[in-house]
Amino acid sequence: MAKKIGLEGSLAISEAVKLSNTDVVAAYPITPQTHIVESLAEMVANGELDAEYVPVESEHSAMSVCLGSSATGARTFTATASQGLELMHEVLYVASSMRLPIVMAVANRALSAPLSVWGDHSDVMAVRDVGWIQVFAENAQEAHDLVLWAFRVGEDPDALLPVMLNIDGFNLSHVTEPVLLNEQADVDKFLPVNRYPLPLHPDKPVTMGAFGPPFIYTEAKKAQEVAFSKSKDVIMKGWDEFEQVFGRKYSPIETYKTDDAETLLLTMGSLSETASLAVDNMRDQGKKVGLLRIRLWRPFPFTELRKAVANTKVLVVLDRCLSIGGPGGPVASEIRSALYDQEKRPKVVSLIGGLGGRDVTPTDFEYMVNRGVEIAEKGSDAEYEMIGVRE
Amino acid sequence: MTQEFIKFGKREITMDEPFAPGHRGCIGCGEALAVRLAMKALGRDVVIANATGCIEIISSPLPDTSWQVPWIHTLFENTAAVASGVESGLKVLQRKGRIPQKHVDIVAIGGDGATADIGIQALSGALERGHDFIYLCFDNEAYMNTGIQRSSATPYGASTTTAPAGKTSIGQQTQKKNMPAIAVAHGIPYVATASPSFPFDMMEKVKKAADVEGPAYVHILSVCDTGWRTPTNLSVTIGRLAVQTGIFPLYEVENGVYKLNVDKDLKPVADYLKKQGRFRHLSDDEIQKIQDRVTEEYAKLKAKVAG
Repeated sequence: MAKKIGLEGSLAISEAVKLSNTDVVAAYPITPQTHIVESLAEMVANGELDAEYVPVESEHSAMSVCLGSSATGARTFTATASQGLELMHEVLYVASSMRLPIVMAVANRALSAPLSVWGDHSDVMAVRDVGWIQVFAENAQEAHDLVLWAFRVGEDPDALLPVMLNIDGFNLSHVTEPVLLNEQADVDKFLPVNRYPLPLHPDKPVTMGAFGPPFIYTEAKKAQEVAFSKSKDVIMKGWDEFEQVFGRKYSPIETYKTDDAETLLLTMGSLSETASLAVDNMRDQGKKVGLLRIRLWRPFPFTELRKAVANTKVLVVLDRCLSIGGPGGPVASEIRSALYDQEKRPKVVSLIGGLGGRDVTPTDFEYMVNRGVEIAEKGSDAEYEMIGVRE
Repeated sequence: MTQEFIKFGKREITMDEPFAPGHRGCIGCGEALAVRLAMKALGRDVVIANATGCIEIISSPLPDTSWQVPWIHTLFENTAAVASGVESGLKVLQRKGRIPQKHVDIVAIGGDGATADIGIQALSGALERGHDFIYLCFDNEAYMNTGIQRSSATPYGASTTTAPAGKTSIGQQTQKKNMPAIAVAHGIPYVATASPSFPFDMMEKVKKAADVEGPAYVHILSVCDTGWRTPTNLSVTIGRLAVQTGIFPLYEVENGVYKLNVDKDLKPVADYLKKQGRFRHLSDDEIQKIQDRVTEEYAKLKAKVAG
């Protein structure tokens, strides 16, 4: 039986990295990711995890070390946040295009300036198009489970893709919650040894990362795109088998009290738990409100989303990221675009909040619902609104 | 001539070509020659991590490859980090018994831009961490792949496309960054300078670099006839003159101990400079300035050798 213990979100991740018998960890310290990598360094130092821990001199090098080790067939993990993720930016594209199944935890944090070590989703929204499978965990249990799933999916010969696991900086990375610590025997059943098909080794030389002249670049990208779209099957299979082994069920989108809801809130990450409290309150007041949470961000769950909002009148999307001068928060824009061709679609309202660690309370969510309905009825000239601004 | 080389040379140099012919290098490319010799010295039990640059571009247009050995290219500035990852990956997989036990030399390759400019941080990190790998800098003294732009390894007085000689400039106004000294400052077991114009010396150094445990750095001057504006048949001669004039002395530093490998009376630097279009604009006064600096630097090096 899995043991239930109190575990910080960061440690829930590092314990899962250990259970995965990870081979190489390369990381550079950045708040609020540090507890993950400190804990892994300690496990290696104590001989609890037989891995190479490479204490690199920057995040650019962290991801570059990951490229090299993953290309040898070693199971490879790193973690970062914020500026670190942006410093890795160009390397992220290489990881996915060269089909290297690296797993990375991102403790989501705001971007400078002004410097802020606190949480929002600006960092990850800047790397939407890097070709990684991307998921958002809501709580420590989910973060723990999704690490195992990430290795399983990424290393699947039908995927061979890097996976990014997002957890909210501080709100999840530094909060202790009850977690069912998975059993090694179950993990071994669920997660096979990494068998990368074409590893770097003198016994069978391969050329990796040749350059693509115009006559072949488009085809190379098409091949990558096809593989990425197909990874959805591997993702779903991974969650099915996870449920069979561990008994917990995961899906691309979570719904809460959505069946008869006329207005839906949509969030990503740990704020969903707060939003669910607001939903409960408003339900008590007789309002038909529900909640959607996107877990699988890439590949984007179009089908599941369209189904989930089929009978919704107003969909209020909270983005923890500002797309200045753009058509709304990044999540809201994608949702508008995903629904545009639907004959029947809700009014999508884009609200921006929770920036740089600003608390979003159940009261704020109630305000968002009311404001969303108001905009849906009366209209608004703005593409989006920032909430909770002190004037 | 070829027959004679095969007859006598093969005793010294393997006929195997891990870096296969048919690449897209310019005629007279000193760097391709240097890579070819380095690969002969290294053999096939290697993994190469190659930075973006001339060698990467001429050797790997999809779907072709010149590499008969495992080879990975990812980006410009991260090659030492990628090599660190390859080394760590192979080490842990061997330790866990997931791949056969075998000594594999991990080799990072970069040009002077990838080494002295954009990749110096990743290189410094990898040297400091002590990975067991070899870093080969093939220095052609400018960003040749993008069209002869200056780097920090471009020598004083050279004209490049971004530090051109003009009415108010002699071209490059700064002195060449001393990368071998920077490598030595990391306290690594082996640092050397080499030139394909001295092929046996160079191959011995590459082998030595492979044999030491821990990081090794070899800085190889690679004549670029396109960028230096020199005749295509003179690459080996010009490389030799760089050594003979003391502009690029051949030395090695084993565990901090300096040794000069070629130490004869120096020829005047003018013999080297006058053969190259990139220095054509230099006045006698400027050439004398360069001469004075080379004499001074060479004396400093000799002092280090004397201990």
